[in-house]
Amino acid sequence: MKPRHKRFVFIAVALAAVAVAVGLVLYALRGNVNLYFTPTQVFNNEAPKGRSFRIGGLVEKGSLKREKDGLTVHFVITDTHKSIPVVYTGILPDLFKEGKGVVAQGEVQANGVMRAEEVLAKHDENYMPPEATDALNKAKAANAADAAAAASNGSAAVPVIK
Amino acid sequence: MAINWFKYSSPTTFYGLAGKMIPWFAVSAAILFAIGLYIGFVVAPVDAQQGEFYRIIFIHVPASMMSMFLYMVMAAYAALGLVFNTRLSGMMASALAPTGALFTLISLWTGALWGKPMWGAWWMWDARMTSELILLFLYLGFIALHASIDDSRRADRAAALLAIVGSVNVPIIYFSVKWWNTLHQGATIKFTGTSMQIAMQQAMFTMLLACWLYSIAVVLARVRSIILSRERNTAWINELPEVKQ
Repeated sequence: MKPRHKRFVFIAVALAAVAVAVGLVLYALRGNVNLYFTPTQVFNNEAPKGRSFRIGGLVEKGSLKREKDGLTVHFVITDTHKSIPVVYTGILPDLFKEGKGVVAQGEVQANGVMRAEEVLAKHDENYMPPEATDALNKAKAANAADAAAAASNGSAAVPVIK
Repeated sequence: MAINWFKYSSPTTFYGLAGKMIPWFAVSAAILFAIGLYIGFVVAPVDAQQGEFYRIIFIHVPASMMSMFLYMVMAAYAALGLVFNTRLSGMMASALAPTGALFTLISLWTGALWGKPMWGAWWMWDARMTSELILLFLYLGFIALHASIDDSRRADRAAALLAIVGSVNVPIIYFSVKWWNTLHQGATIKFTGTSMQIAMQQAMFTMLLACWLYSIAVVLARVRSIILSRERNTAWINELPEVKQ
């Protein structure tokens, strides 16, 4: 073995050892590295109790309700398996929309509702012009209409709680 | 007959070669930046969800890609230097570090500017952003460690070790959005296809190519300066027309 082969083996072994060490650390920390808990994890009691944490998921379609003060909103975060209702007073980010990703930070109260201190929008990785999305939505709507002609609720207006 | 690659690992040969290559890379980078920005700001349509704000990807994504790619190149040169004991490898690693750090900073900065209007937060300690911040510290650590040792050959070896160990971070940045729940969205450019409109893609890849060419031009210019300063006592430097006068 030439000295440079020895050095190469040394570097390769050192790098592999560091990679394994970092891998084990990240594996041990895997719960802490996640930015948020999913509603399913909250139902499985994996989320911390009695302190603030983040829930992430989609804003359930048709769940967004605004109170009369115009600032307090109620909505439901879902991962399509379990859902958690959230109440938040404040300004929502521009991208906050029903059916889109959201991350809310707050404490889940005894009644199972999260009182959020902060609501962040999470956008997806797809970039396309409005016309393309319109076409996609139309196609989706047509499919839905074909499947169940009766179930047609196209109103986009946000209902107001009296 | 095999090409003697080691010929180009000699600073003497490389100094002249780099000097000839710089203008080509610099000019084509400038042209591609102009084309990329034109497509990005004039031709590419607005995004359905994010409106005009999404246009920051034309800077943000190439900068982030370069920050990771340049680190891997730097670590590869560092390893090459350790294994073969070539002087030029350490110089190349030192020349790459500031450009890599610059792209990392641009990536973090534009990400913050994007995050505030879109997500509602400048910064979140999510896995993607935190690991990218660690990358910036690795670059700065490399530069600082190299600068703190007077003997440049010893500095090369010490900094090379840091660069190689730190390269573990790059796959973590790349896969962070897959392995953990993050606020940052998943990858748009995947091996299975890209979920992006075609003019947007053209703008982004043109900008990426421009960033590549810019990096090559700047790194070559910087490595020439490093060669000049480190070999200043050698005969061939003192024979150079730009030194002799």
